Amino acid sequence: MAWYFLVLAGLFGGLVGGMGMGGGTLLIPILTMFLGVEQHLAQAINLLVFIPTGLIAVLIHAKNKLLDFKVFGIIIIPAIATAVGSALLVGEIKSDTLRIIFGAFLIIIGLFELYQAINTTIKNKRKINTPIIKHNLYSRFSRDF
Amino acid sequence: MTVSKISGLVVAGMVIGVINGFFGGGGGMICVPALLLLGLKNKEAQATAILIMLPISIASAIVYYSNGFVDWWTVLFVAIGSIFGGIVGAYLLKKLSNNVLQYIFAVVVLSAGIRMLF
Repeated sequence: MAWYFLVLAGLFGGLVGGMGMGGGTLLIPILTMFLGVEQHLAQAINLLVFIPTGLIAVLIHAKNKLLDFKVFGIIIIPAIATAVGSALLVGEIKSDTLRIIFGAFLIIIGLFELYQAINTTIKNKRKINTPIIKHNLYSRFSRDF
Repeated sequence: MTVSKISGLVVAGMVIGVINGFFGGGGGMICVPALLLLGLKNKEAQATAILIMLPISIASAIVYYSNGFVDWWTVLFVAIGSIFGGIVGAYLLKKLSNNVLQYIFAVVVLSAGIRMLF
């Protein structure tokens, strides 16, 4: 496989991730569908690629005092325990089966994102409408008096 | 911190761990809304989610590596692209409408999911 295709896939995944959306959820299907990378390998690539990017982001957020270490301290122990458990389990699952399960997972994530996008649209509309009403009232008020 | 918040965090942690270990990603997409539900502000939730995802990803990656699922050259090339993409993405975020991006992302993820199923 040509190296520049891999760089391109990473570029696209990073682009989406940098915009605050799940970069990994897109990088994995790009690697498997377009570049023929095996499903387990693609997932491992995503985990490893996240580490340097995540590290830089965390350093910046720490500087800006945006990290909640109390929450981190409680959540991290059960999270690591189940992550290791499920990563061990995934090694036992065949590539084709894992690919299908991953596809189902993407559909759930996609539907969830669609729901959130629609919610944002509704909220934005409300925000836009409120000042227009105020403006109309104000202009009517000034016209009448 | 209340008992219900602590138990909420423990359950959230378990779910995030299962997802990220099993799928090699996607934990952050569950982590951010979970932290928002548990009362964190938007920016804090996003930043803390990355802090949480970091050790989880390292732990999962170690397991994947010990199972023989790592090809370092591929990782290197993808990582190079990803770091540049990340910088450009963070810059573009300020320029583009977030809502339109949300729709595009949702549709792309949905179609990728359907394509992978069949």
